[in-house]
Amino acid sequence: MLCEICGKKEATVHLTEVINEQMRKLNLCEDCAREKGAEMEEHFGLSDLLAGLADLGATVKPEAAVTIKCPKCGFSYSDFKKIGRLGCSECYEVFKKQLTPILKRIHSADRHVGKVPIQVGKTVKGVKDLQDLRLQMEKAIQSEEFEEAARIRDKMKELEKKNPESRDKK
Amino acid sequence: MTLDDFLHQESEWLKGTGPRSNIVMSSRTRLARNLEGLPYSHWADKKQLETILDSVRGAMDSVSFLKGSMFFRMKDLSDIDKVFLVERHLMSPEHTRSGEYKALIVDPKEIVSIMVNEEDHLRIQVLQSGFNIKETWRIIDEIDTALSKKLSFAYSPKWGYLTACPTNVGTGLRGSIMLHLPALVFTAQIERVLGATAKLGLNIRGFYGEGTEASGNLFQISNQVSMGRTEDDIIDNLERIIDQIVSREDSSRNTLISKNKEALTDRIWRAYGTLKSAHIITSRETVALLSAIRLGVDLGVFKDLNREMVTELFISTQPAHLQKLSGKILTAEERDVKRADLIREKLK
Ligand SMILES: [Zn+2]
Ligand SMILES: [Zn+2]
Repeated sequence: MLCEICGKKEATVHLTEVINEQMRKLNLCEDCAREKGAEMEEHFGLSDLLAGLADLGATVKPEAAVTIKCPKCGFSYSDFKKIGRLGCSECYEVFKKQLTPILKRIHSADRHVGKVPIQVGKTVKGVKDLQDLRLQMEKAIQSEEFEEAARIRDKMKELEKKNPESRDKK
Repeated sequence: MTLDDFLHQESEWLKGTGPRSNIVMSSRTRLARNLEGLPYSHWADKKQLETILDSVRGAMDSVSFLKGSMFFRMKDLSDIDKVFLVERHLMSPEHTRSGEYKALIVDPKEIVSIMVNEEDHLRIQVLQSGFNIKETWRIIDEIDTALSKKLSFAYSPKWGYLTACPTNVGTGLRGSIMLHLPALVFTAQIERVLGATAKLGLNIRGFYGEGTEASGNLFQISNQVSMGRTEDDIIDNLERIIDQIVSREDSSRNTLISKNKEALTDRIWRAYGTLKSAHIITSRETVALLSAIRLGVDLGVFKDLNREMVTELFISTQPAHLQKLSGKILTAEERDVKRADLIREKLK
């Protein structure tokens, strides 16, 4: 079967669109499905489409990826391929390898740069400050400014005291 | 206040006010949020779903924008009530399905609503009339911050706010603007404009289904990407592109008036004539004719019609609204009669 949009490539992604209670089947090639995907997301879940992307995105052997399970919620990568949704927030970490190329393809980016929740904000900022200080200290040691290095070390200790959580998350 | 009170009040976003409200019907933002340590709603068990409902309900009071808000469990609502809420743009069609553990919070002015246990634990929405997308972001940002003092949201420094579907991860933000673009449709420029918009990374869809004129010339445009840009960038970018589409529609309206005034006026008055005299009318025909009338109001063709009333008719002529107004279930044929009655009454 050929893609209904371009009419050129083989249709490998099959979507069902529901508009005004009318069901319509769409058979698309992967390229057109990706383009269409975003606009369709409002109508229904992206599951079928994501399933297509999951295959494209996976760099590990599919059989290996399919059997990975989230230890926290028991959701497997093959579940994700089936329904296009994850099981819990931990799944992001567990399926990191598989999700990274998919997220890049969807968002053309690989990290968040926006809002930080309040409670988390404290810790994240603390970690960042600590990392900066550690870099400064290493530089000071390299250029043999040991007094400066000691001063930075004290500052780091102080910061760790204020923000105990940050110590664990180097 | 109850759900039935909505029937007799005009939601804030239907007022037809706000910047560029001749072309921009409404501005909306939504944020997807999930509670830390609990599976996403589709994967959670009954107890966890109840925990999510209780946690969100418990956090409501801390948000000043939610003062006096109502909390509905979907299982307590009739099918008509659920569709009624969808028709008022307060929740998604998805939220009407398998509603045992789904809930909706709505503020009395219908500006803020929160779907609980939809695809994500929380889907917060802020809706305003006119071209007010920045303002909706400001409000939703404040609500989110207030909620985050009570609720711990799933978040990773790398991926941002974590969501059930990877398409929403990062900011969890989607801004959408509903535009009325009859002049771009009449002058056959719409395909080009929408094609260019899609290339800029925005999603477009006809509001009342496929096809342009049948859809009442209403289009919903929203951002596609939610990660790798700040919320302000996402909103700015959307605003900038919409601004250009609005100017395009504006100048097309001027061209139509200067070059095709008689044809345009004829079309508008014929739409008015049909709506004013029909005794049976489908929702498809209604939406197409209302679009012409709204353009007429914008162009000053009608002296005694206002935008608010026309906008409200788009909403109140939908199936669930008609049935709630009648106080009973109606067949499609009965609805077409009731719809025509309602419109004639309003245009009298
Ligand atoms: Zn194709
Ligand atoms: Zn998981």
